[in-house]
Amino acid sequence: MSSTFIQVIASGLLLGAVYALFSSGLTLIWGMMNVINFAHGDFVMLGMYVAFVVWTVMGGGPAAAVPIAALVLASLGIVCYFVLIRHITRGPMLAQILGTFGLALLLRYSAFWYFGTSFRTLPETLVGGTLPIGPIRIESSRLLAGVVALVVTVCLHLLLTRTTLGSRMLAVAEDADAAELMGIRPDRMQAIAWGLAAAATGIAGALIANFFYVAPSVGETLAIVAFVTVSLGGFGSVPGALAAGLLIGIVEQVSAYAIGAIYKDIVVYALFVLALWLRPVGLMGRA
Amino acid sequence: MTLLAVEHIEVRYGGLIGVADVSLEVPSGAVVALLGSNGAGKTTTLNAIAGLVPTTRGSITLGTERIDRKPAYAIVRKGLALSPEGWRLFLQQTVERNLRLGATPVADRSRQAALLERVYAVFPKLAERRHQYAGTLSGGERQMLAIGRALMSSPKLLMLDEPSLGLAPAVIDFLYETLVRLRREGLTILLAEQAIEMALEVADYAHVLQVGRSVLSGPARQIARDPEVQRIYLGVGEIRAAEPT
Repeated sequence: MSSTFIQVIASGLLLGAVYALFSSGLTLIWGMMNVINFAHGDFVMLGMYVAFVVWTVMGGGPAAAVPIAALVLASLGIVCYFVLIRHITRGPMLAQILGTFGLALLLRYSAFWYFGTSFRTLPETLVGGTLPIGPIRIESSRLLAGVVALVVTVCLHLLLTRTTLGSRMLAVAEDADAAELMGIRPDRMQAIAWGLAAAATGIAGALIANFFYVAPSVGETLAIVAFVTVSLGGFGSVPGALAAGLLIGIVEQVSAYAIGAIYKDIVVYALFVLALWLRPVGLMGRA
Repeated sequence: MTLLAVEHIEVRYGGLIGVADVSLEVPSGAVVALLGSNGAGKTTTLNAIAGLVPTTRGSITLGTERIDRKPAYAIVRKGLALSPEGWRLFLQQTVERNLRLGATPVADRSRQAALLERVYAVFPKLAERRHQYAGTLSGGERQMLAIGRALMSSPKLLMLDEPSLGLAPAVIDFLYETLVRLRREGLTILLAEQAIEMALEVADYAHVLQVGRSVLSGPARQIARDPEVQRIYLGVGEIRAAEPT
């Protein structure tokens, strides 16, 4: 195998891990309360701006930006839950779609108003250079993003499947009334889910900002990737999002290398349609 | 001493009346049966006591404290556990996790462990299946898990919604023997049942519901002998005549 090909696969995996991280937030919200958060991409966008602000205000890199983005977005997620989501989940499906879509527009245009329309980038020197790993060289910013994203995604999965808190959250997800009979407060668990999902998304944003432009509308692009990842992985499944994210990352990078960067999305979406045609519940979804 | 007193409660679902006027009393340490045919309002009454559905009239008192208007998660913390209709198990989690979820109101870890051992002693089948997903259990085992999960909150009062529904006679016998055992250990039990003979055999008191109203109450022995109960409960007469099965 040529070292170029290994290089392509490696960058696909690293990108895929980031896709997996910001998609796991979307899939967690769906799994917990059957709500599709259309503002999800804009949460990523805010995470990116947090990284941008952390750099401009205090000159900090990802070591500061990642935890700050996690905290800021977790708080935002919890506020959104109590102010908006908790109320619209009692309404019809259309109220949920329009409610989170409205939230998306609010966040996006607030970003336009505050940060302006111009594209920003963090200085390349912030996470500088490339690292030689065996026969290949990887940009440090992408390596950092991929590794941190993978670790955070796995931690999120372990939190859900191995801890008492996770067990309570899954109980609320399966049957909120029965969970309440156990003495669990469903609204608290759902608020925690929004906090965790938004934090994961914010971390992803802060990591992406090191190698991607920052703009108020960037959420749109990223939201599509998240929706594709979540439906391919199976709605509600964090391991599914991880598998699908890695797969999409690889397919994207391989097709960009093999047939050209501008065609890569065609391949990704063609495979996506094909996969859902063959297996509509997604790779790890429940029928 | 009265542990639970329900006085003239009414429950509405939108414009429909689920329960029109139900009253009942559960003395401490007793087994009380709540009898009635399908649709009489037994499940609605238990759900209202547990706080799952709001009452629109009347009062529910546990000990000396009003508990109507309180949310379900607060009521179970006061010592009132419900094993609900249809079991409502967490099928995507293991038997042991279901039981541990039942112990949410118990903060102390070592007490949780003691409760778990006690439930496993009462239902050895659950101990054998502790690492299996609840979704893989048989009907009888699911009923045991639902009761065990309710016991994990260490309740003063255990409410059971039709524990015999859909189970094999041998399993029903085992469950009722277990209830007798739990009562002997000091647990107060409120039992909604369609299986009238079974329930009256273990109960001290019984309350009979008919289309959402309390129509009869008294000591179980007296209710068992009452010819009126046979008529009301079995629906001999108007209901049977109108809907032959």
